Amino acid sequence: MLLQAIAFYVFAFVTMASGAMVVVSRNPIYSVLFLILAFFNAAALFLLLGAEFIAMILIIVYVGAVAVLFLFVVMMLDIKVTALREGFLKYFPIGALIGLVLLGEILFALGVFGGGSATITSLDKAGVSVGTMDNTRAIGQVLYTQYFYLFQAAGAVLLVAMIGAIVLTLRRRPGVRRQRISEQLFRPKDQAVTVVKVPTRGGVS
Amino acid sequence: MYADLAHFFTVNWLGQAIVILAECLLVTVPLLLAVAYMTYADRKIWASIQLRRGPNVVGPFGLLQPMADGLKLLLKETIIPSSANTVLFLIAPMITFMTALIAWAVVPFNDGWVIANINVGILYLFAISSLGVYGIIIAGWASNSKYAFLGALRSAAQMVSYEVSIGFVLVTVLLCVGSLNLTKVVLAQSGWFWNWFWLPLLPMFVIFFVSALAETNRTPFDLPMSEAELVQGFQTEYSSMPFALFFLGEYANMILLSAMGAVLFLGGWMSPIPYAPFTWIPGLIWFALKIALLLFVFSWSKGTLPRYRYDQLMRLGWKVFLPVSLGWLVLTAAVLQFGGWVPGK
Repeated sequence: MLLQAIAFYVFAFVTMASGAMVVVSRNPIYSVLFLILAFFNAAALFLLLGAEFIAMILIIVYVGAVAVLFLFVVMMLDIKVTALREGFLKYFPIGALIGLVLLGEILFALGVFGGGSATITSLDKAGVSVGTMDNTRAIGQVLYTQYFYLFQAAGAVLLVAMIGAIVLTLRRRPGVRRQRISEQLFRPKDQAVTVVKVPTRGGVS
Repeated sequence: MYADLAHFFTVNWLGQAIVILAECLLVTVPLLLAVAYMTYADRKIWASIQLRRGPNVVGPFGLLQPMADGLKLLLKETIIPSSANTVLFLIAPMITFMTALIAWAVVPFNDGWVIANINVGILYLFAISSLGVYGIIIAGWASNSKYAFLGALRSAAQMVSYEVSIGFVLVTVLLCVGSLNLTKVVLAQSGWFWNWFWLPLLPMFVIFFVSALAETNRTPFDLPMSEAELVQGFQTEYSSMPFALFFLGEYANMILLSAMGAVLFLGGWMSPIPYAPFTWIPGLIWFALKIALLLFVFSWSKGTLPRYRYDQLMRLGWKVFLPVSLGWLVLTAAVLQFGGWVPGK
């Protein structure tokens, strides 16, 4: 138990510290790298809770895909560090407000303002006895039964967002020569190869 | 006496630490030897494809060549470009090498021979293999060189794209097994070799192998380090041991993905014929043979195939593999559901 407590405090401290470094750090690349460190430690905290499925999904989705694209974009932008500093005071109130709202939501969900903890009761309502199965199976049972419509709705929202992004960036430029692989594959032999009798000193016209 | 020893190694924390350390060394040391001789095998295979002899001077049949190469890299000077970001420049090869090593913690070498028999083994492997891209992208940025940066960008886009289809392949296998535990994946394939998943899931096996080539940046998908246009891609500025770490990491990753292929599709440690003379051979040998078979195809394709162009690579990943693997996933789920073969019911 002592080892678990030490591990918890180490991971929690590193999460908080790297979260702070994301905001404070001068170089945006370092910010993204600290964000990745924060994701990792959050995954470790989930592992300590026994939620190994969420921990792995956090690493696969956020560290393995989302943060890579973040890093990708930030590296390609030529950001001047001083210009980033200037807007700090201007945006601080909005950032603080959003932070407060998120904190309030988390406290509400945990039942600090009364009404009990929301997550535990809804699992009971779904009729899933989580204690007997591993948590991958438990999440599947709840997600595809009680929360099926919400799950599908979330998928639809993501689909709309994806289509929106494609519509914004799709443009047809005239004069672009595209490779049509199916046409290349379906071209018969007599159109692709010709046997030519080349006369000496004459060449092929 | 025996009981005391057993108590020391199973209950005492010092004994447990010694056991864990010994397990790690038992996996890591043979793995590094395998990496060394994989480079030798690679060069011999390409040599025979090109009608050459390959390394044959250092030691009998050139068998000491990998040692000589390692020693040479160790003794060379580590050059750090003056405009590079020193810390990230040195961390990047370490990330590549470490991610290639820590994934082996969940690979089952034989029945019960696994360091960490965790319930989410497949997800762990997938998570770790998706981290390898950081070594490359950080190396490309920290080198502060155009070739390195372009190579890193290509590599990042390529690895993210092909991970998607590998993910669907893993989900299909998981549907057929009903568990994310790698030992259970192997046990679900017991029996004759046509019971292994390579035959019922043949298209997925092909997609997995081609995506594995793309994940490890090997020919025909080695355009992140295509020497004709980008010098050596993200490795351009690296020399000496940092370069050696990248090299070892690349080969360790190849062996890891071959091991994944062997566990998921070729029945892991199982013998192909489940009867007497074949089952006497230890499972570890069968597992090693299956890995070697897949590694041979890695080298073979490098000796045979031309390099893909970047847009062709993206087309193959997103427009061919993604729809095919998604369709096969739905098909597998439907067959399992309506055929009444859902595991664990």
